Amino acid sequence: MTAASAAATGRGPSRFGFVKGFLWAVRILAVFGILWGSYFSITGGRLSFDQWKDLMVFGVAQGSVYALIALGYTMVYGVLGFINFAHGEVFMSGAMIGFFAANYLNQTGLWASQPFLSLFIVLLVCMTASTLVAVGVERVAYRPLRNAPRLIPLITSIGASFFLQYAFRGLFGAGVKSYPAVRALDGAWNVLGFRVIKTQGIVILAAVGMMVLLYLLVERTKTGRAMRAVAEDQEIARLMGVDVDRTIVTVFAVGGAMAGVAGLLWGLVFQQVFFFTGFLPGIKAFTSAVLGGIGNIVGAMVGGLVLGAVESIGPSLVLAGLGVPAAHQLKDVVAFLALVLVLVFRPTGIMGERLAEERA
Amino acid sequence: MLLPIRKRNKEDDVTRRHSTFWWAVLVVMALIAAACGGGGTTTTTQAPGGEMTTTTAAPGETTTTQPTAEFEPGPLGAVTVAPGEPIKIAALQAISGAVASLGEDQVRGIEIAIDDRGGELLGHPIELQVEDDGCSAEGGTTGAQRIVADPQVVGIIGTSCSGAGVPASQIMSEAGLVMISGSNTSPALTSDLAGNPGSAWQPGYFRTAHNDIIQGEAAAIFAYQELGLTRAATIHDGDPYTEGLANAFGRSFQELGGEVVLATAINKGDTDMRPVLTEVAAAGAEVIFFPIFQPEGDFIAQQAREIAGLEDVVLFGADGLLSDTYVVNEFTVGMYFSGPASPEGSAYDEFVAKYQEKYGEAPIQSFHAHAYDAANMLFAAIEQVAVVEDDGTVHIDRQALRDALYATEGFQGLTGTLTCDEFGDCADPRIDIVQRTEETPDIAAVRANVLFTYEPGA
Repeated sequence: MTAASAAATGRGPSRFGFVKGFLWAVRILAVFGILWGSYFSITGGRLSFDQWKDLMVFGVAQGSVYALIALGYTMVYGVLGFINFAHGEVFMSGAMIGFFAANYLNQTGLWASQPFLSLFIVLLVCMTASTLVAVGVERVAYRPLRNAPRLIPLITSIGASFFLQYAFRGLFGAGVKSYPAVRALDGAWNVLGFRVIKTQGIVILAAVGMMVLLYLLVERTKTGRAMRAVAEDQEIARLMGVDVDRTIVTVFAVGGAMAGVAGLLWGLVFQQVFFFTGFLPGIKAFTSAVLGGIGNIVGAMVGGLVLGAVESIGPSLVLAGLGVPAAHQLKDVVAFLALVLVLVFRPTGIMGERLAEERA
Repeated sequence: MLLPIRKRNKEDDVTRRHSTFWWAVLVVMALIAAACGGGGTTTTTQAPGGEMTTTTAAPGETTTTQPTAEFEPGPLGAVTVAPGEPIKIAALQAISGAVASLGEDQVRGIEIAIDDRGGELLGHPIELQVEDDGCSAEGGTTGAQRIVADPQVVGIIGTSCSGAGVPASQIMSEAGLVMISGSNTSPALTSDLAGNPGSAWQPGYFRTAHNDIIQGEAAAIFAYQELGLTRAATIHDGDPYTEGLANAFGRSFQELGGEVVLATAINKGDTDMRPVLTEVAAAGAEVIFFPIFQPEGDFIAQQAREIAGLEDVVLFGADGLLSDTYVVNEFTVGMYFSGPASPEGSAYDEFVAKYQEKYGEAPIQSFHAHAYDAANMLFAAIEQVAVVEDDGTVHIDRQALRDALYATEGFQGLTGTLTCDEFGDCADPRIDIVQRTEETPDIAAVRANVLFTYEPGA
């Protein structure tokens, strides 16, 4: 299409060549920069092999949390075609409400005597809270705008995001709240030569479990088939007897539940939560969803893991190797640069092509 | 296609020339009117009530009082306080967010200083305008702009954070005000104590808090000489305070003979510190000096223990983390902190008693006494330079006020004997190194657990 429209304006070929050449230059430079930095980092021997493996595990754990949140972004986009920017706050609500449950259980002593039972209770609380918030946002902010242009719910989602942030600040204060530590999860496991901190191991396991469940739900159940049908074409789905409104609520509820799980995992790994906790992970999860190919569930998982790994390893591997001082301050730069590069190489995201074919 | 060109005829030209002429006349008249207004002739002004009144205004005077023959405003102008009007000062402090205790503590110090004068200065009530510096450059800019928008404000006590102090200091300096901070410690705001002005130094900026060159020295001496550590890593978060202190520590540590194996940084808002801590472990650091704030300080202390190779590393924070909400956490057990020494003496005990009575709790941070001293220094300087008329009208010349503050010498405050240098450093610095142990679970106990005191003058 680009070539056709370029040719139509007459002076297209040179312009087209320039853009293409520039993109190729960027690609070559990027590959060269990454290889150059990595070469010096690895041969420099600054970090031991075990430490590189540690960085990988940290990245995968952080990435699992991003992936769980990213599922909510990608499902809503797949079905409704807009970005639900309030989803970061859905995650924060789960983490915040979960904190109160955890704190209560800690006071009763159950947290110390029955850590896994307590975690399960708090998990249910987190999932319920996030699901309710997600469904509530859909009801108030999106359903009345079902037939409006897609830009409109995008804007209300930003409004909903601010509303939730400051509602939580108003209700529970601006202070940072600390989850009680889980003593049973102190220390680390050794898995296939990788040293995995126990809390991070739980995070990775839980995230993988939830993703498998979600995949089965979407691909193997009747509800999942309804979701896919609505994603394909709302009108036709309605004609075929699918309850569109109910399916959309289910999408929000499932996305919210995933964010709730992420909320508890966040509380386990970082132990700190406050009203602004949802903002940066929300943005990162959105990035993951785009990175993996938005609208694609497997893509969100892959995108999250890739983003977490890039954030964790990238500064040490590439930037430090290129001689950049205080490389970890540029962690976010690395993350968003990775997004740009992936989009330069694969404009539809890592898993995007499959989606494009399915949708075509 | 181009628009058809309209043929101009003579009539059009004539009307155009006419209108140009009338515009020129209007502009000239406006200029004359403006010149007359500035010249001090009789002009018509709009009174606040709304009705038109005719008064005779003198040039440069904003109030309607008759100027005295002996008072001439200096190059920065003056504040004139009419009888019964308040003398306005402002507090620009961090009163929201994660470091709210830092600002809240100082606002209380200022309020007690005002109470101690019975709420009055030179027979005028003192009015305190409190603005939030947000502990950020953005907050400092907004807060300072709101303060200088009121031409009656004489001076500012603030900011809480050096990061907010950099833009705020520039804004207030350009507006001719003075600002005294009770807790900015970045060397950039004053000087490196060797005669070179800092990158953000502005005339009219003072502080009663120590310069971080001193705090960095204190922490380095303690780590190197008392603890016998030779390999240090520093982590800052890009804020001028944290960066200045981390660098000051690193320089002193190297001068003593130690080695800074890694000088790195994180971002405000980061949560996963494990990658950067892995770098610290790889560099083989024995002590991590991280003079940052909450919540990033929580993540570092908490996650350091999980990293292979950092199980026994010494964690060392500074006054930004020496707060009631940080030291209560269990993961801070064993940590060292540097910070300003608690003032001593009966005057300070009296102050604490007043604090306790007025706010129902012990001081919540380290800089209340510095803010109290800052307020008193400002009041003393105002008293010194103020020109008081028979009817009680007070004129405060802004340049004279600055000069008086720069000339402060031997001022007896709660934090010691204050003498200002040419870059505005007024503190009598005394740095304590304290430790959080199992037996000291709250801020008062931690601050009392002093292991080492550094006093450069003594």
